[in-house]
Amino acid sequence: MLKDITLGQYFPGDTPIHRLDPRTKLLCLILFIVALFCARWLVTYGLVAAALIACIVISGVSFRALTKGLKTVYIIVAFTAVMNLFFTPGTPIADVAILRHATWEGARTACFMMARIVMLIMGSFLLTYTTSPIALTNALDKLLGPLKKLHFPVHELTLMMSLALRFIPTLIEETDKIMSAQKARGADFESGNILRRAKALVPILVPLFVSAFRRADELATAMESRCYHGGEGRTALHVLRYRTADYIALALFVLLTAAVIVLRRFGL
Amino acid sequence: MEPIIRVDHLTHTYSAGTPFERSAVADMSLSVLPGEFLGIIGHTGSGKSTLIQHLNGLLKPTSGHIWLNGQDIWAKPKEIRKVRFRVGLVFQYPEYQLFEETAYKDIAFGPKNMGLDEQEIDRRVRDAAAFVGLESALLERSPFELSGGQKRRVAIAGVIAMEPEVLILDEPTAGLDPAGRDMILSQIRAYHQARGTTVVLVSHSMEEIARNVDRIVVLHSARVYMEGTPAEVFAHADELESVGLDVPQVTKVAAALRARGVAVDGATYTVEALERQLLALKGGSGPC
Repeated sequence: MLKDITLGQYFPGDTPIHRLDPRTKLLCLILFIVALFCARWLVTYGLVAAALIACIVISGVSFRALTKGLKTVYIIVAFTAVMNLFFTPGTPIADVAILRHATWEGARTACFMMARIVMLIMGSFLLTYTTSPIALTNALDKLLGPLKKLHFPVHELTLMMSLALRFIPTLIEETDKIMSAQKARGADFESGNILRRAKALVPILVPLFVSAFRRADELATAMESRCYHGGEGRTALHVLRYRTADYIALALFVLLTAAVIVLRRFGL
Repeated sequence: MEPIIRVDHLTHTYSAGTPFERSAVADMSLSVLPGEFLGIIGHTGSGKSTLIQHLNGLLKPTSGHIWLNGQDIWAKPKEIRKVRFRVGLVFQYPEYQLFEETAYKDIAFGPKNMGLDEQEIDRRVRDAAAFVGLESALLERSPFELSGGQKRRVAIAGVIAMEPEVLILDEPTAGLDPAGRDMILSQIRAYHQARGTTVVLVSHSMEEIARNVDRIVVLHSARVYMEGTPAEVFAHADELESVGLDVPQVTKVAAALRARGVAVDGATYTVEALERQLLALKGGSGPC
């Protein structure tokens, strides 16, 4: 049940998208988002959508896995759509009851807004589906590198991120196990009012916290016994290197963003 | 004999529809007889843990049925909690589930969920604690202050206190030292004899299984690979080794002796039994 959470999950594979340098993918995602927010009308939206679909097809990630990730934001999407529909000034759709407040302009904005959010989520999910969390934080570490000059603790930040990402599945698994163990003793999480349900969480939370602290302690010991001493002078086993494919991908996305910005001027 | 639990063509598939899809249990059928001490053995990933979580309804079969005393446990999904009181399951490393302020309260968690009255709960907690050899002074302590072995015994007592008809233990000795291991196993044996209830012991250690159980089910890659009494199963040493399972060391000794022309049973699986046979051959009767 908890295992079905796909947030931040990585689907291993060996496609051109998987092989790209994680820094490239991160930069491409940023360019993609810029393009998405600059898109204005059918042509520009079409361009962005085409880019996304091309990436999805190349990556071999199933469309179902991507839409599954959307489940969590359905409510936000629906909410934005309704708000846009009713609060955009313009010509009313019809002169009956509630439809008097809905406008054609609103309907148009609502459609584009929905497309924007859906593509935003799908693009981000595509990144996490095709890039391992470790590679991703590695890329972040490298990309934020210049901030070190300003005494910004880049390495500490990315280390915390990779540890957090690393332990999400572990903690989910642990929660699942503890829940099963308490259920085996007749614990009931599904019935009763809110107060009873909250109380029913105690048998899960206490062991979960105990084990999280135990794990943190063990991890600290393990890192220290392998002479971890922070980011200073630390070398990497897999050194990140840009290849031709990375330059091509970056160029394509720069082109996409530029095209969208230009076309937007013509109201397309 | 009518089996107490019958597993009928059980299949369970994890993460269906994703690249991680795999069947942990595939078309598995087996029976647990009332009052028996059954051993389930298999390598990591053979499907043991998935199988036993079906026996008390924690997992729902992808296909197939679990019959408890002739009734399909999923016939009334709303009453699945009752099945969990009848089939007690002790998880691997059960000490990680402890949460109450005192060991006593933790053991009482199961019986309390059953809705029993104070007096009955008290009796069951004390009985269960006695079975696992916990002194009553320890019961008032916080479970987090206890030693590893004591914690585990508190956790096992927490399931025994529900007085289930079938007690299933998943690797109850994992991570314990030899003394702690022997203690837990002898307590489980004593519990089985005193209560006469059905006990299922899951393990990957042949030694542990051989010493204790009446019947063995060997699992291999999500299927039942072999089934029989310890003597029957250990007679197939080569096949067991081919799936990465070892026979007890004493069985190897017996087989080697037999190969050298000593007339002992090649499927002997306890040190005591081999000792008896060797003494009989020498014409003596006392201990070595």
